[in-house]
Amino acid sequence: MATDMFNSLMNGPDEQGRFGDFGGRFVSETLMPLILDLEAEYEKAKTDPTFWAEMDDLWKHYVGRPSPLYYADRLTQEFGGAKIYLKRDELNHTGAHKINNVLGQILLARRMGKTRIIAETGAGQHGVATATVCAKFGLKCVVYMGAHDVERQAPNVFRMKLLGAEVVPVTSGRGTLKDAMNDAMRDWVTYVDETFYCIGTVAGPHPYPAMVRDFQSIIGKEVKTQIMEAEGRLPDSVVACIGGGSNAMGLFYPFLDDKSVRIIGVEAGGKGVNDRMEHCASLTGGRPGVLHGNRTYLLQDDDGQILEGHSISAGLDYPGIGPEHSWLHDIGRAEYVSVTDTEALDAFQLSCRTEGIIPALEPSHALAHVAKIAGDLPSDHLLVMNMCGRGDKDIFTVARALGWDMSTSDA
Amino acid sequence: MTRIAAKFADLKSQGKSAFVSYIMAGDPDYDTTLAVMNGLPGAGVDIIELGAPFTDPMADGPTIQLAGQRALDGGMTLKKTLQLVTEFRKTDDTTPIVLMGYYNPIYSHGVDAFLVDAKAAGVDGLIVVDLPPEEDSELCIPAGKAGIDFIRLTTPTTDERRLPTVLPNTSGFIYYVAITGITGSGSASPETVGREVARIKQSTDLPVCVGFGIKTPQDAAAMAAVADGAVVGSAIVQKLADGDSVETVLDFVKDLADGAHSA
Repeated sequence: MATDMFNSLMNGPDEQGRFGDFGGRFVSETLMPLILDLEAEYEKAKTDPTFWAEMDDLWKHYVGRPSPLYYADRLTQEFGGAKIYLKRDELNHTGAHKINNVLGQILLARRMGKTRIIAETGAGQHGVATATVCAKFGLKCVVYMGAHDVERQAPNVFRMKLLGAEVVPVTSGRGTLKDAMNDAMRDWVTYVDETFYCIGTVAGPHPYPAMVRDFQSIIGKEVKTQIMEAEGRLPDSVVACIGGGSNAMGLFYPFLDDKSVRIIGVEAGGKGVNDRMEHCASLTGGRPGVLHGNRTYLLQDDDGQILEGHSISAGLDYPGIGPEHSWLHDIGRAEYVSVTDTEALDAFQLSCRTEGIIPALEPSHALAHVAKIAGDLPSDHLLVMNMCGRGDKDIFTVARALGWDMSTSDA
Repeated sequence: MTRIAAKFADLKSQGKSAFVSYIMAGDPDYDTTLAVMNGLPGAGVDIIELGAPFTDPMADGPTIQLAGQRALDGGMTLKKTLQLVTEFRKTDDTTPIVLMGYYNPIYSHGVDAFLVDAKAAGVDGLIVVDLPPEEDSELCIPAGKAGIDFIRLTTPTTDERRLPTVLPNTSGFIYYVAITGITGSGSASPETVGREVARIKQSTDLPVCVGFGIKTPQDAAAMAAVADGAVVGSAIVQKLADGDSVETVLDFVKDLADGAHSA
C-alpha cells in the first residue's frame, strides 16, 4: 500500500544521499564528477535485469551462495535460552561477507570502463575479496592497508600478493583502516580517469553507503527465506558486529520494516568504552561529525579532530560507522551495544569448542553479546547472528592474546 | 568592499597578478606561525592562506599532512587558529586572510558560532576542501550571509557540464587546482592551465588563482602570467619543516612573490 511505502524505513537515502541528517557527499571537487557518474551508473544497473542475472550467477557459482542458515544447537544449549541460528557467511569464497559487495562494485567498474581498482582494507578481508575478483576479471588492483594492520594480518597480505594485487602499507596517522582510507582517497583523486574506488563498507560519500548496503542485503534476504523454511516465521532478533557496518546493514536492511524483529548491532568496545577512547564504539562513545565523505557518528576530540580507536579486531578498528546505522540509532529502530576485547576472545573460543567453527574476531564480538542476552530470552525466541567471517586470519592475534607461542607450538 | 575585492582591485590597477601563500597554523608552533604571518605582507604576499590543521587531510600530500600533524601535536586547535588571525589583525587590517581546511573542526565548533568568531577575528574567506556545491547549505550559504567569502576549488575534472554548478555561490576568487591529485605533487604546464583559466573566466567575473604543484619563483611567474594569481603552499611549508629560520622562510617567500609579480 502507498501509505506503507511512504512510512517504510527502506526508502533511504534521499537524493542528497542523506539518511535523516547523516550521509551526504563531503568530498573534494575533483571527486564530485566521479561520484555523480557512479551514482548514475548504479541507478541504471539497479533496474537492469542483466546486471542482477550476472550477480546471481557469480554469487551462486563463484561465491557459493546462498550461505547456510545453521541451527547452532550446542550454543543454544550452552546459553540455555533463545534458539540460536548462525548465518554462515564465513563459508563464502574468501572467507567473509566482503565478496558480496566487491562483486557488485567490480561489475559496475567494468560497465564504466575502469581498468584500475583501488581498495582500503583493515583486517584484510575486503582487500583479499577485491584482489580475488580483480584476478578473476584481469583488472589491476592496488590495496591500501595500514602498516600496523599489515603486521597483525600478515596471512591476508600474502594472500593479496598471491592474487596479484599490490599492497601499499600506509604509515600516515597510526597506520590503521582510517589512514588506509585517506590514502585510497588520495590515490583516487590523483588517478581519476582510470580508477574505480571499491569501498569495503557502508560508508563514504553517497552512493556508496546505499550501494554497498544493497549488495550486502543478499544476507538478510536469504535469512528471511531460510528462517521461513526452517521455522515458518520471522526471527525475533537479528544480531551482527559493526566496524563500518556492512555485514550488519546487509542483515538488518530487509528486516527494517518488520517491526517485530529486534535489531542489534555490536560495536568493538576494545578495553572498555571510556574517556581514554580505547575502543571503536562510534555510536556508544562518539558524536556526529564529517569524515570520509559522510556525516556520521565519529570518535573525535573537542576540536573535531578524529581519534584513533582501539580494537583487538583490525576489521572493527575504525573511528566511524556507516551513516544509515547512525540514523537507525537516532530514530531508535536498532539498538547498538558494545563488547570488550576480552569478551570477544572468550566468545571466539566458545564458538571453536561448542560448534567447531573458528570465527573471525569481528563476529566473535556479535557472539559475545549473544552470550550475554540469550540466556534471559525464552526458548521460542529465534535469534539470528551473522557469522560474517572465519577466523583463519586471526589465529596469530588470538595466540598472542592467549599467551601461546606459535613459533614453538609443540607445547 | 571586502579586503579580498579591494586587494584584487588594487593589483589590477597596478597590472599585477596576486601572490597567495599558504602556511599551516601552529607549525611548528603558535609563535613561529605568528612571526611568519606578520612578515608575509612585507615579503610581497597579497593574500594569506592559513591552514587549519586536521587529523585526516584527504586532499593533502605528505608535506602538509606532516605540518598538520606537527601543529596538532603542539596543541593547535581551530580556536587558536582564529586567535592567530586576531593577533595578526592588530598590526595589519588590509591583507586578506583565507582559512583553508576541512569541515569537521568547523562543524564540531558549530557553524553559526564559527562564522561569528571567524568574522570577529578578521577572517575574509574560507576554503573547505570537503564541501562541494552539493553541500552548500552546510557552510557556503551561511558564510555568504555572514560576509565571509566561500572560495571554491575548481579542478581539471570540473568540466563544462559541472562548472555552472560550481560557480554560483562562490565569491572572493576561484581557486583552480592545476592537477588531479594532492597538494605538493606533480605540476601542470602553463599552457594547459592557461586554457583552463580562460575557460573558467568565460563563466565568471571573479579572479582565478592557480595552485598545486607550484614550487619555484619560475613556476610562480609562469602560472601568474596565465591567471590572476598563483598559490604556493607545500614548498613554503617544507622550508619550515626543514627547520629554516623565519627570515630564511620569508626570503624564499619574497623570491616567490617577486616571481609572481614579474609576470
